[in-house]
Amino acid sequence: MLISRVIGEIVSTRKHPSHEGQKILLVQPLQLDGTNRGNALVAMDAAGAGVGDLVLVALDGYSAMSSVGRPNSPIDMAVIGVIDRVELMDGAPFPLNPEKQQT
Amino acid sequence: MFLGRVVGRVWATVKQSNLEGQRLLIVQPLTPELEATGKRVICTDATGAGAGELIYWCRGRESSFAFLPDEVTTDFTIVGIVDELRVKRG
Repeated sequence: MLISRVIGEIVSTRKHPSHEGQKILLVQPLQLDGTNRGNALVAMDAAGAGVGDLVLVALDGYSAMSSVGRPNSPIDMAVIGVIDRVELMDGAPFPLNPEKQQT
Repeated sequence: MFLGRVVGRVWATVKQSNLEGQRLLIVQPLTPELEATGKRVICTDATGAGAGELIYWCRGRESSFAFLPDEVTTDFTIVGIVDELRVKRG
C-alpha cells in the first residue's frame, strides 16, 4: 500500500461495465517526507474519499477488486482507506498530519 | 490504472489466436497536467477508444479480466475513455 493524496477525479461515460457507479480518483503517491513518489495513478474509490484527502492506496489487483466488491474485473488499484494521522517510530514528524497543515 | 492518450496503432497478422479481433493501440502515459511521462506501451482495448483520445488503462493480470469470459493474452488494457479531468493539486 502507498500513502497518497487525492488530487482529482476522472469523469468517464464509456468505460468497462465493472467501473460503472464507482468514483474514479486521481491519486499522487507520496513519500514519508511529503514529497511526490513517482507519477499520479488512477484508482477506484472504495473508501468514499474526496479531493484533498490523504489516503491509503492498494496496488494489488486482487485487493483492489475485492475492496470494491467486483471480483474478476479489470481493476488494479483502489483507495482503501482515508488516513487520519501517521506516527513514525523514530519520533520524526510526519509533515502531512492535519495538525501540521493548519500551522 | 494510469492516465494516457492513444497515439498509434499496431497491426499484427501472426499472433496468439485469442488476440484475434483485438485492437492493439499505442498509448503515451500522461501526468494529470497532460504532459507526456514515461515510455509508450501497447494496450488491448475494451472501450472502443480512437486515435488521440484521453483514456485510462489497467495493468497486469487484471487487464485480461476486461474480456471475460474470453481469455485474452494481454498485460495492458484500456478500460475507460476520459470525458473530463478535474485536477486540484496542493
